[in-house]
Amino acid sequence: MSLNKTYKDMDYLLNEAPREQHFITGAQAMAEAVKRASVDMAIAYPITPQSEVMHLVGDIYAQGHIKEYYRAEEELGTMSAIAGAARAGVRVFTATSGPGLLRGLEAIVSWPGHRVPCVLGVLTRVINAPLSIQPDNIEMAYLMHSGIVMLHAENQQDTFDFTLAAFAITEKVDVYIPVSVATEGFFVTHAKGYVDMMSEELAFTEPDPYHAPVPVMDNEVPPARIQRDAPVQKSNFMSYLIHSVWQQEVWDSNRRAMKYIYQYLGGPVEVLNPGADVMLVASGCAAAQAREAHRYAQEEGLSVGFVKVRSIRPWPTDEIRDALKDAKTVIVPEHNIIGWLCKEVKASIPNSGIVVEGPRVYGGMTLPVELIMTEIYDALGMESEILQA
Amino acid sequence: MSKKIEVGPVGYMPQSAPSMGVELSPEGQALLYGNIVSEEEAMRDAAKALLTRKNPTIFPGPQVLWDWKDDVADKSAAILELASEIPNCKIIPMPDYRPKYPKIDVKAEINPNHPNLTILDNKIKACIFIGVHCHYANLSLRMIRAGTDCYTIAMCAMMGHEEAMASIRDVHADDVRKFKEILIEVRNELGIEHTPTMPPENPSLPKEDWGDLTPADYGEYRSLIMSRKGEHVAEVE
Repeated sequence: MSLNKTYKDMDYLLNEAPREQHFITGAQAMAEAVKRASVDMAIAYPITPQSEVMHLVGDIYAQGHIKEYYRAEEELGTMSAIAGAARAGVRVFTATSGPGLLRGLEAIVSWPGHRVPCVLGVLTRVINAPLSIQPDNIEMAYLMHSGIVMLHAENQQDTFDFTLAAFAITEKVDVYIPVSVATEGFFVTHAKGYVDMMSEELAFTEPDPYHAPVPVMDNEVPPARIQRDAPVQKSNFMSYLIHSVWQQEVWDSNRRAMKYIYQYLGGPVEVLNPGADVMLVASGCAAAQAREAHRYAQEEGLSVGFVKVRSIRPWPTDEIRDALKDAKTVIVPEHNIIGWLCKEVKASIPNSGIVVEGPRVYGGMTLPVELIMTEIYDALGMESEILQA
Repeated sequence: MSKKIEVGPVGYMPQSAPSMGVELSPEGQALLYGNIVSEEEAMRDAAKALLTRKNPTIFPGPQVLWDWKDDVADKSAAILELASEIPNCKIIPMPDYRPKYPKIDVKAEINPNHPNLTILDNKIKACIFIGVHCHYANLSLRMIRAGTDCYTIAMCAMMGHEEAMASIRDVHADDVRKFKEILIEVRNELGIEHTPTMPPENPSLPKEDWGDLTPADYGEYRSLIMSRKGEHVAEVE
């Protein structure tokens, strides 16, 4: 099926193209971004709550927006096939959730070292036993040390914008590692919100696989037959050294993504009321609740600020340190039990003792704004009504 | 100028240039010792290194070794012109990225998995990387900075390299020729007399004679060029 598309660069698409407001779910928002990204191939394997996304991407394939689409055998197969397709020089997309992410993790953690450009949707879900399909973003902790770029979307609009931007960031010559876009399952994927979108007749410029820091593939493609990622597994100093500088290159590539996060998304953090006594730091869906707590606090005339973290990797150490430099207390609401965001925040500032560990909810629990307000009142030494279950 | 990136050896476990705060130069500018400078300033320093340090060598990568794209032949010709203007210049190619086991022929080639072996054996104190895919150039440049005292110059067709002492970006044939002119200028300023001379033949390469080539020479790939029993190949690409 041939569609009449006008191809534009990402700066135009995200910052200049006229937009219209729609009322759609997070899953629809991710799929709508894929529709405008000139994706060559999407590979699906179902898992709740992600299934909705790849189902909708399948519809997009049927409409002719994507050249190839298939359901893989399971997640390790999906992620391995994504690597193969990307190495052949095509633009690829897949998405998964919780246990599916962990099943595919062996392949996923190999992507950055192989310099595989791709976009991975992560629609978060409980991973531990007993089995549950409910939202909980602990799985993101497992991705944080893989080397891939990680964006965390607060709402349906972020999910659309971040996914679209991810396709541009992943193909930058100095980045060329995967970009994941995470958001909370159900809370965002299955809930509707307002999303401003450009016309679906506009599409991201098609990829040029030869504008890359690595040869396209281990095959007879120009300029020559070149083995791309030869194993360097001899037991000698040179093998250890090449592997160590290779690992450095993965993290350097991750670091280089930061300038594009500024270019396309306005930066890795959003700061409201800087210099306040109490600062709320949150990412993803928790940021929506923290934003609301910030609004309550403003109405009550309290000295409360808000930092939304868009980029988990690369981690914005300097930006966080700057945003929290005058804070007396830092509160980090999260949707997981271990507090991975809290650990990152603590490691970024010299006075980590001011960080309150929580509030945290998990296992599918919602994050009431009152829970955050209680921490704010405690921090400011005010009497508060403790939220009763 | 404070040097963020210095000629090595910087040590056993090198810190990467980006982790030290070095960022790639914007279009139209270059990197010199990790600092953003004008392209001409970087080219002049690089030229001086090639003219004053021992055993200057150009390492051409796959992207300029094969005539695979419209502008490549002209760029490769420009590289030869540049080489001819550098006294005692050698050309040692990086034809692919596969680690060479059990042992690399360091006179014949350089490899991104162990580039320092070629640098150290040939006592190369200044070199140019050109036509090497960026990922492998970054690996090589960092390992060279770690373990050798070689001044590295990256002439990159894309965004350049933080690890090189001098990094010129968006380099095409015209830019190579511009560098050649600057090199001649610096050479004259230094009072070095030189008659353009092509680099010596690569001593390890066998003489090319394809006259008596047989399918056996294709080894495990011979089946690809031999027709099967009863097969008649009428058309080829």
